Amino acid sequence: MMTTWSAYLRSDAPTSRRQARLCQLWRRWLALRGNPLAVIGLLIVLALLAVAMFAPLIATHDPIAQNLDQRLRPPSAAAWLGTDALGRDIFSRIVHGARVTLAIVLLVVVTVGPIGLLIGASAGYLGGWVDRALMRFTDVFLAFPRLVLALAFVSALGPGIVNAIIAIALTAWPPYARVARAEALVIRSADYIAATRLLGASSWRIVMRHVVPMCMPSLIVRTTLDMAGIILTAAGLGFLGLGAQPPLPEWGAMISAGREQIFDQWWVATFPGIAICVVALGFNLLGDGLRDVMDAK
Amino acid sequence: MESATTAAVSAVPVRPWRLLRWMHVIGREMTTIAITIFGLLLITFLIARVIPIDPVLAVVGDNARPDVYENARLAMGLDKPLWQQFAIYVGKVFQGDLGKSILTAKPVAEDIRRVFPATLELATLGTLIGVAFGIPLGVAGAVAQGRWPDQLARIVGLVGYSIPIFWLGLMALLLFYAKLGWTSGPGRIGIAYQDFVTPVTGLILVDAATQGEWDAFRNAVSHLILPASVLGLFSMAYISRMTRSFMIAELQQQYIVAARVKGLSESRVIWRHALRNTITPLVTVIALSYAHLLEGSVLTETVFAWPGLGRYITTALLNADMNGVLGGTLVVGAVFIGVNLLADIIGRIFDPRTR
Repeated sequence: MMTTWSAYLRSDAPTSRRQARLCQLWRRWLALRGNPLAVIGLLIVLALLAVAMFAPLIATHDPIAQNLDQRLRPPSAAAWLGTDALGRDIFSRIVHGARVTLAIVLLVVVTVGPIGLLIGASAGYLGGWVDRALMRFTDVFLAFPRLVLALAFVSALGPGIVNAIIAIALTAWPPYARVARAEALVIRSADYIAATRLLGASSWRIVMRHVVPMCMPSLIVRTTLDMAGIILTAAGLGFLGLGAQPPLPEWGAMISAGREQIFDQWWVATFPGIAICVVALGFNLLGDGLRDVMDAK
Repeated sequence: MESATTAAVSAVPVRPWRLLRWMHVIGREMTTIAITIFGLLLITFLIARVIPIDPVLAVVGDNARPDVYENARLAMGLDKPLWQQFAIYVGKVFQGDLGKSILTAKPVAEDIRRVFPATLELATLGTLIGVAFGIPLGVAGAVAQGRWPDQLARIVGLVGYSIPIFWLGLMALLLFYAKLGWTSGPGRIGIAYQDFVTPVTGLILVDAATQGEWDAFRNAVSHLILPASVLGLFSMAYISRMTRSFMIAELQQQYIVAARVKGLSESRVIWRHALRNTITPLVTVIALSYAHLLEGSVLTETVFAWPGLGRYITTALLNADMNGVLGGTLVVGAVFIGVNLLADIIGRIFDPRTR
């Protein structure tokens, strides 16, 4: 069974479209596996997924249960990473915080990816005034630093995790549109697009069926590399008190809560920060590795 | 020698078609900038007037009396159609009127003029640190591709892209101020020195130095060094990464081989020949990182209680001072555009190929 699978995946002459795709995936996986940093990144990301999924099983305490006679205890056998100003177990809060972080990142990517892809692919494929108008629009958004624009949006929408997600999404799409446009510009002059057009396909069909799928690889790379940025922006909003609201265990807000005790009870602010660093590093390492693999077309 | 060449060039009569092309390029650039600024104003206008359910409440607060509310509504011109409101808004901005801050009860433009130098000082020093360490690191990474300097450059880059800046600031305060006592804590200058320096430029180092207050100068430096280093690390991460990739591309060129064959020393080949040709893209990168430090300063200034533009925006935000937030946002956006334009112009001056 194993040998047939490996022969199927290694074949130089695939006999079906599915086999060709699987072969390509397999080769990319082999290349990714050869890069130790990318593997570390992948493991971190998988660990984040696992922790988020099994948070109630991993956490040792209730993340929002206050215990006022156990306030600000240093790390110990009972509370592995200490407790915060309300006596909540920091380890359990970090574990549950993985869910919040993952939810923010996924929701932003799910909204931003398709919008950026559609705007960029249409602009690149259609060209002319559509391209000019859409790219000017994109440039205006790029003219703002991301966090400052997100702050302005949150100030109008009001603080809260949903509004923070909307604000980040509103500021995160332009780079995606740029990447997709650059790809589409190359694809539009390809022969197979001309052939499809000769067969009478509409612009909409060409963009959706032929241009968008070809933009996907570079967009996946871009997304993975962007995840770290999204996590940092979300944590920044949380730190300023504009993202997730208490008692939700969001890492940035946890650092903000530990700020007052930073010189005496260092553990309150330190450990959530380490969690952010590790997760952001994981996405960056994986993104770097994926870029190397995907570029070797 | 060089001035003689320039004189010779300018003595050649400019051909009319070249002048025309120049005017065309300038015209196109101006249109782009005008459209971007227009878009900038449109976005801040939309954020202020359209997104909030009740823009008047966003300005006067929840507990305003009905007559105060009505006055504010009329003062904001909300009884007029939207496009007229926008035209009025644009007109006011071009007259330097960004509205009044409800927090400080002063015009926002005046507030920003007061706090901006503090951010400028911080971002400038941060960029200088980033350039001073980032460029050599990037060059070393490109020259020793795959060996330890390259790995070091790679780690610095990854760390810079993965650490939350506000957390790093807190950790730096914990270590260098509280535990080791090497630097001063939050704030811009010690209270004891506050009255020694009269603000002239608003840049505390410049003011202290020109007034000969060297104790105050030293104190200001010990306050500045920590936040500037934190910002500098992020700028270094970006600059070293870009320098590395520019240098790798440059070192593969034919003229580098020629220079080596000619018998030039390796350091001369690297620093005088290869690095020199990366200046144009590097200037753009440095300008971009400078502009991004404005963004980083929002969080850094909060951590270090630094009285700059970033802290002004966040304080305004937390006090629901809409005019303050949008005024600050607009200024940051305008600086962003300005810095990019400047980088473009400098690039054109440095590199005749882009003209």
